[in-house]
Amino acid sequence: MKVSRRGFIKSTVVAAGAVAAPHVWLPVSSEAWGATLKKGEPIKVGLLFSLTGSLAVPEEDSTLVMQYAIDEINKAGGIAGSPIQPVIVDAKSDFAVYSEKAKELILRDKVIAIFGCYTSASRKAILPTVMANNHLLYYPTCYEGAECTQNTICTGPLANQHSKDLIPFMVQNFGKKVFFVGSNYVWPKESNKNAKVWLQQAGGELLGEEYIPLGSSEFGPVLNKIREAKPSFIFSTVVGASDIAFHKQFKQEGFKVDSMPIASLTTGEIETRAMGNEFGAGHFLSAPYFQALDNPTNKKFVENFLASKYGKNGVTHYNMEETYTSAYVFKYGLEAAAAKLGIENVTPRAIRDNSGGIKVGADVSPEGPIWIDEQNFNCWLVPKIGQCQADGSFKIVKQAAEHVAPDPYSIYPNLGTCTKDGLKAPDGKIRKNVI
Amino acid sequence: MGSLDLNSLINALVLGLSIASIWLLAAIGLTIIYGVVGVINMAHGEFIMLGAYSSYLLQSYFGLPFLLCIPASFVVVAAIGLVIERGLIRYLYNRPLDTLLATWGVSIVLMQAVRLIFGSDPKYLAVPALFSSNLQIGFINLSVFRIVVMAVTALVVAGTWFLFYRTRFGMQVRAVTQNKEMAASFGINASRVYMLTFALGAGLAGVAGSLFGVLNIVLPTMGTAYVVQAFLVVVTGGGTLLGSVFAGGLTGELQSIFAAVTNDTFARFLLFLLIVVFLWFRPQGLFAPRSVRR
Repeated sequence: MKVSRRGFIKSTVVAAGAVAAPHVWLPVSSEAWGATLKKGEPIKVGLLFSLTGSLAVPEEDSTLVMQYAIDEINKAGGIAGSPIQPVIVDAKSDFAVYSEKAKELILRDKVIAIFGCYTSASRKAILPTVMANNHLLYYPTCYEGAECTQNTICTGPLANQHSKDLIPFMVQNFGKKVFFVGSNYVWPKESNKNAKVWLQQAGGELLGEEYIPLGSSEFGPVLNKIREAKPSFIFSTVVGASDIAFHKQFKQEGFKVDSMPIASLTTGEIETRAMGNEFGAGHFLSAPYFQALDNPTNKKFVENFLASKYGKNGVTHYNMEETYTSAYVFKYGLEAAAAKLGIENVTPRAIRDNSGGIKVGADVSPEGPIWIDEQNFNCWLVPKIGQCQADGSFKIVKQAAEHVAPDPYSIYPNLGTCTKDGLKAPDGKIRKNVI
Repeated sequence: MGSLDLNSLINALVLGLSIASIWLLAAIGLTIIYGVVGVINMAHGEFIMLGAYSSYLLQSYFGLPFLLCIPASFVVVAAIGLVIERGLIRYLYNRPLDTLLATWGVSIVLMQAVRLIFGSDPKYLAVPALFSSNLQIGFINLSVFRIVVMAVTALVVAGTWFLFYRTRFGMQVRAVTQNKEMAASFGINASRVYMLTFALGAGLAGVAGSLFGVLNIVLPTMGTAYVVQAFLVVVTGGGTLLGSVFAGGLTGELQSIFAAVTNDTFARFLLFLLIVVFLWFRPQGLFAPRSVRR
């Protein structure tokens, strides 16, 4: 018995349908959080990261380090006498699943906060749900800004804390000509819009801009274009598994890191480990944290984390560290809210409203002290630039002199400024929940 | 649309050959299993993934040099394919829809098994330094490893052709493909032919995997990216070896040229659109076998 061609096509469609079908239907309510915290009872938080698929490379580590931070907090007595209990879900690198799981976490599991996402595409997928329920998302990594919601706290760098130093540094050291390569979704495109502004200020010249589908591993055509354009350096916002393929093929196609390095916003210790040190060596990364940072808190963090049962992947990197500090931002925010309102009156929104100005000190934060901006709820931090060494570790080659304020609308001054109540336009009007 | 001068066009054509060889290598095992056994193997991507992991295992734990890992991966994955065929697929030959679901289930089991054994962090395949360099002839650039992939693809295609058209086993395979009952009545052990063909298809996916692990990243989910391309090549080609060679060549070249003229994302859109339109007018594919397919 053979399958006919039409039968083959039909049945493939049937199978595809079967894969896509099991969506859990849940109503979106606009009501406030329908649960109460009680002293001594576990505080449930959702960990919404991808454990499988093309985004699993960084996001699995986020889940692991979050569990590590929760264990650490619980061992030290929890928050206001209650232990934290993580609800771990797998978003499967699929934006529809992110949105579905966010609904489940909020409405069914009744978590008080969600720690999640690594890409802006997934954040934008779940924000409508988070905002409709007046809930709270800790977004523990870098993003492009241009958002002003009353339900998000971010512990990673914004564009003005990320590429603003990197672009002039590269122009000074390697030359004016740049080629932009990114994954094809919102963050790389917005990052490049920012980078173009910094590039113009630095007197640089943009030779080309290419985007690769998320998860794609074929960089031949892009590398051919780069070879012809002959830039002084490449500015990369490629993420996930593609980033590893990009660095591997860069070297395999005969590009030399000394004459044309890649300046990346994402390629850290974990990516380098996955691609092999020889493919990462020599390239540059802008981040607030590197595993090699020389301070006692970081040494302790690296040592304890790698020795714990969550440290099996053998590295710490900026994304993990930002996730780790977000757990403490949550702890301090919840404690502040509970002190003011009593623990039984704490809601996700109350935590957020009491998190402005929360500081994670040098004794806890491995990257050095950071604090949450009182208006836009992003993070004050010290941007750093690292160069990957032959052993896969990063050497810090430049560090900002002081903390840099987060500015989500730095290249859109005509849209207004982000305040704690919403986006304040130049004419004084305030718009809530702008994404 | 950008413009393209002659040098860029030639470079794009050369790269197209390389992309074509990757697509074809991903598809050849699937072609054989679909063309001969008639099973739509949803686990094909996972056979590719197993190839990458067996290379990783042999290299890191047994110190096997990379070039020997390629044939070794063939053997390992072929053996796994053999076990799956004997243990599961052979009971489902008369139920094509069920093989689809069963192989899909197998793909999930394999993915999770690998995740349990190796963890879900990416693994790394080391290759000789020579493979991390490139070759420049005039204005033409190509990485040595892409040339290796092309060479292996050429070898695999030639070997498969020889096996199917120049050996006694191949004659039996073709007889069984055309009419299983009639072939059986002439004393051909059809069950054995199916078993060996399935193992061969799985093994070739293993070869593909050991090479893709170098170009890309070794992860439990790496196969899903390749299986879509593989299915496209098989459907466009019509399920025959010749069809897949032409379909792989055509899609690879088109992808490369479209990407050179426009960009990667638009190139994919154009290519998939062309394939849909092509299948609309020729649902049997480029070279469909003139057999008793129903």
